[in-house]
Amino acid sequence: MANSMARSFLQVAATEEVASPLRVVQIEGLVILKIIKHCKEFSPALVTGQLLGLDVGSVLEVTNCFPFPIREEDEEIEADGANYQLEMMRCLREVNVDNNTVGWYQSTILGSYQTVELIETFTNYQENIRRCVCIIYDPSRSNQGVLALKALKLSDSFMELYRANNFTGEKLREKNLSWVDIFEEIPIKVSNSALISAFMTELESDTPVTQCDYDRLQLSTKPYMERNVEFLIECMDDLSMEQQKFQFYYRSLSRQQAQQQAWLQKRRTENMARKAAGEEPLPEEDPSNPIFKPIPEPSRLESFLVTNQIANYCNQINGVAGQNFNRLYLMKSLQDN
Amino acid sequence: MAAGDRTVLQFNSPSSASLSAKVHPLVIFNICDCYVRRPDQAERVIGTLLGSVLPDGTVDIRNSYAVPHTESAEQVALDIEYHHNMLVSHQKVNPKEVIVGWYSTGLGVTGGSALIHDFYSREVSNPIHLTVDTGFRNGEGTVKAFVSVNLALGDRQLAAQFQEIPLDLCMVEAERVGFDILKKTAVDKLPNDLEGMEVTMGRLLALIDDVYKYVDDVVEGRVPADNNIGRFIAETVASLPKLSPPAFDKLMNDSLQDQLLLLYLSSIARTQLGLAEKLNTAAQIL
Repeated sequence: MANSMARSFLQVAATEEVASPLRVVQIEGLVILKIIKHCKEFSPALVTGQLLGLDVGSVLEVTNCFPFPIREEDEEIEADGANYQLEMMRCLREVNVDNNTVGWYQSTILGSYQTVELIETFTNYQENIRRCVCIIYDPSRSNQGVLALKALKLSDSFMELYRANNFTGEKLREKNLSWVDIFEEIPIKVSNSALISAFMTELESDTPVTQCDYDRLQLSTKPYMERNVEFLIECMDDLSMEQQKFQFYYRSLSRQQAQQQAWLQKRRTENMARKAAGEEPLPEEDPSNPIFKPIPEPSRLESFLVTNQIANYCNQINGVAGQNFNRLYLMKSLQDN
Repeated sequence: MAAGDRTVLQFNSPSSASLSAKVHPLVIFNICDCYVRRPDQAERVIGTLLGSVLPDGTVDIRNSYAVPHTESAEQVALDIEYHHNMLVSHQKVNPKEVIVGWYSTGLGVTGGSALIHDFYSREVSNPIHLTVDTGFRNGEGTVKAFVSVNLALGDRQLAAQFQEIPLDLCMVEAERVGFDILKKTAVDKLPNDLEGMEVTMGRLLALIDDVYKYVDDVVEGRVPADNNIGRFIAETVASLPKLSPPAFDKLMNDSLQDQLLLLYLSSIARTQLGLAEKLNTAAQIL
């Protein structure tokens, strides 16, 4: 009896907890309003803040957040920043707010958030917290009546590669990783406490049409589209630069190989001559010769990130163009009547 | 006229007769959240209001945080150090937000409130006291704002009277987000671009239907005609710009072509991306 019980205990202790994959991020309305307020107040500057909440099974609940002050480029302010964070967390703990960091949020302009800094911040957070998420908010899109809120997470396979800092073509082919797999977008669910929904229902103005609707039906989206296309063009330039880097690498690689072959041929003929003369053949390799030095392969990380950004812009353009079609046809039917 | 013996109960009117307050929805959300999370033995939540005073005298309440307090029948104790710490932290982020008052949940103004109001009036002149009735005692959630006015009998200060001031809920951000999202207790998915358009157009259609029905009713004589509404409808219909059909068609087709061009551009960009990716990773190194 005791034996079987002991074994089951050991079994339980031995089986590792398998983390269920993150499926949904549940945000409270309070957090959304706070993020919107903070990002809008400081736009067009980019701001960040910390998310607090709970990690429950396959749902990550975000229940509160606080903004970070704008960081000056000064060494001594680093310690201040950490102090501010500790102070805020301590104070919020006293009023019974969930004290766990579950991620951070940041604002962006027109969706241009895929940078190396984002990935670095992710790895920093991931060291301490098992599951963290980054929420991106785009205040420039709220002028069109769209709530541009996204929850992002780095995919696990990408994280392993990033830690190894190895982005050669072979590794990527091995893992079957392409630029789509870097960021995973997680669906967002919004929840509100019953008290708040009671208040909101109460205080909502009675108009059947809200400001949101006016924004959505606006016909002039040209400035937004123009900026989007501008950013797209810049990114294309970056992408072509990356392509050129690769081209250069391949060309120098093939040139080096041709040199190696030529050198090897020469050695072989020399050796034949030496054998004919009865001397020791020289080795067929010569590590000290510079043409044998392996050329480092450029990392593909940048090109992946740029590709991601371009895809983002394209998506945005598609979305707004779709909306514009709707609006134009609406106008047409109004005019016909 | 001898001023002399008669002492008059003076009601000093508030310093600016047109003092009013504007509240952002975030503040109400914050207060409700703090109320739900309050420690078990506390009956109500007290906290500080942050914001700014606009040039025309209106007080704009933009943010808030709760302050732990202990309350008994005779006295109220507020954690002042916590209050200062939070204030400093908040001002690091947004130095323009200053204390404009304090809030408490519960319908009326109680005796202890006067003491707290006194404390806050030492921090800022003429603080605003906001009460949020989370108990729904009147059958609805009421949010009221008060300013304190000193009642003096001659030279002696008698009491402080809380006078209500008009309160305006400025809901612009919440409207932008969409009340549908904020109202329900759970929303499964944030609407994306096209779904939002659908909802908006649905609402527009409903509005047009309403107007149509109203005009029908008036014509049939079921509803008495109101000249103002009639004029309003006529103005709205007349505000559609008068363009000749070919001019309008040209305008529309041009815009359509622009959009199609953009769509085409973005598709080309994506094709380029696919190609670039294949070239980059599929190349075998000999």
